[in-house]
Amino acid sequence: MKTKPDWLLILIYIILILIGWFSIYATSYQPESFTMKSQYGYQLIWIGISLLLALFSYILTQNVYKNISLILYMLFSLMLVAVIFVGAEHKGAKSWVGIGNIGIQPAEFAKYATCLLVSKYVSDNNCNLTEWKYLWKVGLIIAIPIVIILLQNDTGSALPYVFLIFALFREGMSSWFLIIGSVAIVLFCMLMYMPQWAVLLLVIGIMLFILIRNRKHKRTYKAVILIFLVVISYVLSVDMIYNRVLQPHQKQRIELLFGKIDDPRGIGYNVNQAKIAIGSGGMWGKGFCSGTQTQLKYVPEQTTDFIFCTIGEEKGFVGTTFVILLYMLLIGRIILLAEANQDAFVRIYGYSIACIFFAHFAINIGMTIGLMPVIGIPLPFISFGGSSLLAFTIMLFTFINVESKSHGYEVNPTGWSQWN
Amino acid sequence: MANRALYKNRMKWVMGIFISISVLYIIKLFSLQILDDTWKDKANINALDTIRTQPPRGVIYDRYGEKLVDNEKSYELYVLPVKVGEFDTAELCKILNIDTADFNRRMEKAMRHGRRCVSVFMSRLSPQMDAYLREKAHKFKGFYLSPPIAIRKYHIQGAAHVLGYVTEVNKEDIAKDAYYIQRDNIGRSGIERSYEKELRGVKGVTIALRDPSGNIQGSYMDGQYDENAIPGQSLWCSIDKELQEYGEKLMEGKRGSIVAIEPSSGEILALVTSPAYDPSLLVGSEKGNNYMALLRDSVNKPLFNRALMAQYPPGSTFKLVNALVFQQAGAVNEHTRFSCSHGFAYGNRKLGCHGHASPLDIAGSVQNSCNAWYCRGLIAMLDDRKHYSSTEEAYAVWRKMVGKLGFGDKFGSDLPYELTGFIPTEAYYNKHYGKGRWKATTIISISIGQGEICATPIQLANLAALIANRGYFYTPHIVKAIGNKDSLNTKYTVKHNVGIERKYFTPVVLGMERAVSAGTARRASVPGVKVCAKTGTAQNPPSQDHSLLVCFAPAEHPQIAISVIVENGGFGATWAAPIASLMIEKYLKRTISRPEYEATIVGKSIHYAK
Repeated sequence: MKTKPDWLLILIYIILILIGWFSIYATSYQPESFTMKSQYGYQLIWIGISLLLALFSYILTQNVYKNISLILYMLFSLMLVAVIFVGAEHKGAKSWVGIGNIGIQPAEFAKYATCLLVSKYVSDNNCNLTEWKYLWKVGLIIAIPIVIILLQNDTGSALPYVFLIFALFREGMSSWFLIIGSVAIVLFCMLMYMPQWAVLLLVIGIMLFILIRNRKHKRTYKAVILIFLVVISYVLSVDMIYNRVLQPHQKQRIELLFGKIDDPRGIGYNVNQAKIAIGSGGMWGKGFCSGTQTQLKYVPEQTTDFIFCTIGEEKGFVGTTFVILLYMLLIGRIILLAEANQDAFVRIYGYSIACIFFAHFAINIGMTIGLMPVIGIPLPFISFGGSSLLAFTIMLFTFINVESKSHGYEVNPTGWSQWN
Repeated sequence: MANRALYKNRMKWVMGIFISISVLYIIKLFSLQILDDTWKDKANINALDTIRTQPPRGVIYDRYGEKLVDNEKSYELYVLPVKVGEFDTAELCKILNIDTADFNRRMEKAMRHGRRCVSVFMSRLSPQMDAYLREKAHKFKGFYLSPPIAIRKYHIQGAAHVLGYVTEVNKEDIAKDAYYIQRDNIGRSGIERSYEKELRGVKGVTIALRDPSGNIQGSYMDGQYDENAIPGQSLWCSIDKELQEYGEKLMEGKRGSIVAIEPSSGEILALVTSPAYDPSLLVGSEKGNNYMALLRDSVNKPLFNRALMAQYPPGSTFKLVNALVFQQAGAVNEHTRFSCSHGFAYGNRKLGCHGHASPLDIAGSVQNSCNAWYCRGLIAMLDDRKHYSSTEEAYAVWRKMVGKLGFGDKFGSDLPYELTGFIPTEAYYNKHYGKGRWKATTIISISIGQGEICATPIQLANLAALIANRGYFYTPHIVKAIGNKDSLNTKYTVKHNVGIERKYFTPVVLGMERAVSAGTARRASVPGVKVCAKTGTAQNPPSQDHSLLVCFAPAEHPQIAISVIVENGGFGATWAAPIASLMIEKYLKRTISRPEYEATIVGKSIHYAK
């Protein structure tokens, strides 16, 4: 029985929170005076509350989490539903509920509950993800919040749930899901750049190639042809799905990403300004509180979704790379600790939150540097905002807690031997 | 059953995907932040507003330090007709110092331009008007005041052609000189053009921080990269303001020009062109219309700088040139006398002359302006087969010597738009008459400054100056000092020797002196001053002859050399001589002692056929 928390994770957490606070300060300070009635002031309060919550979540035992996971899940799902009816609208999406004069986003906390419930369910001795009868239930646990969030018209917040697929993959879910997902994404990207007939030609070509190569195993023909028929119908229907399912602004963001539209003054304004801010930072950055784009507020939403621009402009390539490495260290450390743990719940929970952190990290930073479409989700621990900071803190410290109190920790401070 | 070891190798896949994406991001950031410099430029275009501060344009003084041109602040009043509400018209008229009719005219013009367009309602508002209007701005909705605009203020009525004017740069100016950006000013003519580089100064740079709404939010890096504007340099031009103004007064109602030069320096004391215009017309927003009006005045051609650009046959004033050239060439000497029988007959033609004593020597020929003397002189030179193998060769020598006296080419003075005048080349005559088929008598009119020969007023004034100096001149120029009063303009301190020995000037000067005391130029005399002059009457068929005079004074230590041309003024003595006389008196004595003589010129007009 091991009882010490993982100090490395706590250290990374503190560094990220400090980077976040100073970035928010640099983005929102007024030269006159320091005031708590400002974004950096509020963030300071949120940080204080987070630390308290971190402490609190550390007191509870693993069983408590297991036991409350279903209740939490149901509670936040209900809150998500409630938001649809009573929520405040913000930029076309209803995702906020007001408590007093503080708005909270249940979607951020719903992720936590979902991670807990998924971990509890999958760690159950009977669960076997290679079997559909278990898999569809896990799928349902993940799908419910996604559907509700989609109904809130907040597609961006639903996306991180999809990344839980990596955690399920680790627990034995068929790799076909990943392969199919990857093929779908690759085909989609190809369709953005190439005409449909060219993609079809390519797909059929690959199919014929496989058929000829496998000519000794005629039995596989049926399966191969079936698979490719599915692929071909996907290619044929992408246009339709794209036009029917996605909303105009979402289509614009995707077209913007692929360079189909170039409108730096209109819909491309945010991304263009973000790239200008980051790109002009150079190697070492312009210095704390000295970025012209940041100080003059050229980048919209810069304390929240575009906070990475402040780091990019004022701290340069050194700063951005440092932040990326910190996230990789955080996520990698969680995965290694999860792997090393005897307890399936801890492992699955670790993977789940690693996936969620990575989703936010990849989507948010990808968006600011033009590698992802514009999706407004926060950068964990750094973006301004109480809900996301509290939710991410609880997620992380629940892991630090259950990881340290579980059985059979193999003493291996680096964890790197697990690679081999 | 979730077995820990079962799918352990899948960790590598998950980690692999996560790490690949992170590495991809770092590569992208490397290209964005390190490799691609365009983002830095874009950031600067975003946030930095480079404001050019205009330096004040240099002040122009006259030779004594009298201010001729400086700058003043002016304002423009704009109107947006749709926004104009009820207001007290009379009050606005009173502030603007206009009457109601004028107000209505301006308002109608603005309405025609467009009810929803901002038009200039009135320009060149004084700072007082501006201050008053700004205070009452709430009363006059739809009217707007411009920020202060620096414009040229003239402290002299005339001298428009000397001073030139300033306009906004056009595309060609910007293409030619990177210094200029849109809405900059540039000198268009006169001194403003020739000394543009000195007058304009150096623009300053202020780098300001601009927010996305376009508001200025302070200076970039605490003004570390800002530069102050360097004011334009002052110029002291050689013009004598009083003399210039007096010359213009004398020339009123007449067409022509007066050029006065200080022989000892080549400095132009007065450069009068008539008709002229008030330089203030070409300042402010009305300048475009005014300019077009001046341009359209095809009768008076006020924009035509006669002093530098009008090319007249010099007539008898050119005899001075021949008198010098013939002597230097050895065709005549101080003892040579040519007879005259009321003219010079050649072939079956005759070039007439008026009655005078005969035969005459050089001085006498100048004094009496004898045509026959110069015809014979030209023959003596061009038909001299001892020295020259052909007329063509002799003519080439003649032409070269005339050229050294400043004719047939530009001086390269500091006033733009000079013209060359015309002294025909040998090739010209060869083409005209055929090679070897012309001789002295063929081109006999050049001996008396007629025929093809043309000269500009400034060339004639320079002739007077070089005779006054007995053999040399300085390039006539208009700017004495740049930057401060004592730092002389060094461009024009080269003495040009005209290639005529000093002794040959003696009889010519004597002749000019006698022309004033007892010859054709008596009307050029000034009481108490020994004036040397030579009249000219340039034939200008079918119109009345032009009246010309070149002179300098005093004879011994000349201080002023003048050429006067009055178009269609008849004999040189009629108009040009008295004008020169008055100019000399004004310059040397600063007052006119002969008001009745002055009255014969001032206010008198010559009637010109349209």
